[in-house]
Amino acid sequence: MRTLIIAEHDGQHLNEQVARAVTAAQHWQQPVDVLIAAAQADGLAAQAAALQGVSTVLVAADAALEHPIAEHLAALVVPLAANYSVVLAAHSAFSKNVMPRLAALLDVNMLSDVLEIVNSNTYVRGIYAGNVLATVQSSDAKQVLTVRASKFSAAATGANAAIQSVTAPAAPEGSRWVAEAFNKSERPPLAAAKVVVSGGRALGSADAFKDVLAPLADKLHAAIGASRAAVDSGYAPNDLQVGQTGVVVAPELYIAVGISGAIQHAYGMKDSKVVVAINQDPEAQIFKIADYGLVADLFEAVPQLTAAL
Amino acid sequence: MKALVAIKRVVDYNIQVRVKADGSDVDIEGVKMGVNPFDENAIEEAIRLKEKGIVTEIVAVTIGAATHQDILRHALAMGVDRVTLVETANSLAPLAVAKVLKAVVEREQPALILLGKQAIDDDAGQTGQMLAALLNLPQATYASQITIADHQATVVREIDGGTQTLSVSLPAVITADLRLNEPRYVKLPNLMMARKKPIETLPLDSLNLSLTHSVQQLKVAAPPERPAGVMVKDVNELLSKLRTHEGLLP
Repeated sequence: MRTLIIAEHDGQHLNEQVARAVTAAQHWQQPVDVLIAAAQADGLAAQAAALQGVSTVLVAADAALEHPIAEHLAALVVPLAANYSVVLAAHSAFSKNVMPRLAALLDVNMLSDVLEIVNSNTYVRGIYAGNVLATVQSSDAKQVLTVRASKFSAAATGANAAIQSVTAPAAPEGSRWVAEAFNKSERPPLAAAKVVVSGGRALGSADAFKDVLAPLADKLHAAIGASRAAVDSGYAPNDLQVGQTGVVVAPELYIAVGISGAIQHAYGMKDSKVVVAINQDPEAQIFKIADYGLVADLFEAVPQLTAAL
Repeated sequence: MKALVAIKRVVDYNIQVRVKADGSDVDIEGVKMGVNPFDENAIEEAIRLKEKGIVTEIVAVTIGAATHQDILRHALAMGVDRVTLVETANSLAPLAVAKVLKAVVEREQPALILLGKQAIDDDAGQTGQMLAALLNLPQATYASQITIADHQATVVREIDGGTQTLSVSLPAVITADLRLNEPRYVKLPNLMMARKKPIETLPLDSLNLSLTHSVQQLKVAAPPERPAGVMVKDVNELLSKLRTHEGLLP
């Protein structure tokens, strides 16, 4: 049998998580195919074909797939699934939306946010906001799963896989894409950044994110993140939220500023290589998972740190 | 129009659960339980839609043991009209839950089906999408804004890096994100009144479903602990650690 990866993209570029999903897919030691569903697929297909370890790139090119919705994608994959024993994707907002729908149509259970593939049907995944690691085994004939991209390295490029076109089903009725709004930023994307500077409620205002946190992030070429409390208080936009219900990050350096370290936040950042916490409260939970803790007033310490860099 | 809200009973979000000594499962004996937070957003949204005159009746459903009545009482106290407990002693995987909910939807024929986007115990985030698939209905997940007019729901969804807006015809399945609303505080008199309201109980067996249990939990473990960190006395010491010890900074 074969393994199929559902690729996420923005119409022009493959999401960098696809290359990591390709690495995860090698565990089954069978041919790995990548599905691209798009309006204009040539460039995307070439990017997928260049990934080492990809056997065939399946291309569904159709104007109706310019903004693919879950209903359309799941309908596209169901007939293809007969050739595959494994269907996987990186765990992102895109695939979290599509993969469960697909699994139900195939009448199989699904494994979400897999951290480790133990063998061909056994996985480790986090439950209770990552406070517990569960080893689970699926006896379904088809394995449908999403993997935590940061746990797998990216497949190298330079290959030249075959490209094959597949027919897209008619667009489903009842659901329609209306609009998308992305928060524009010159900073690296949060999920892929090597350095993340995150702020919590202790910053006290959106202005403090701009005046205190941003200069530090600028010096470090870092992405800016935020705790849920800071997002809920309106200090930072939704998509900067790091945590169980936000983005999961795994940078080389994570600097948590004025963040208490609630378990839901810890879920999103504890795979960071080095964690620095700056907080006025010596009892803050964040110090338990930080490699370096500094008990200090962030409004003094962060500018000092920025100036010293 | 009728709205159906599916809710789950989970360990309170403030509680850090522990693994049983034999690693067989999580120890939740005697732990505080409550409505899954995202499901509470779904209940709140249904109530707000009723207050706007769009929804006329709200039915809440959960699946579990008799002890799960407490979250149905909570839903009644918030303002839900009717509640149903599908009673079973087994814990069900998302696909089985979706199959049970499908049977309930077929019975109730709601125009709007609301759920939380994920449960904070298994963190699977699958049930809403699976239910939509089984019912062959449109889905809109991670909703942070819902507007209903002319049998269409316009839903603003949280996606990576921003938001997406979808238009779905009703009936549809919509899953709630935290930012959809702020669930109301339940007042004590409402809680007292909710105690007197009836709870419909349906034995799971009465639904005649064939449910598969294809995923087995082999063991659970605490994640490896991060080695204890060090406290630094000031910014200079922090910088020197990051530079010399970690080689991270220029």
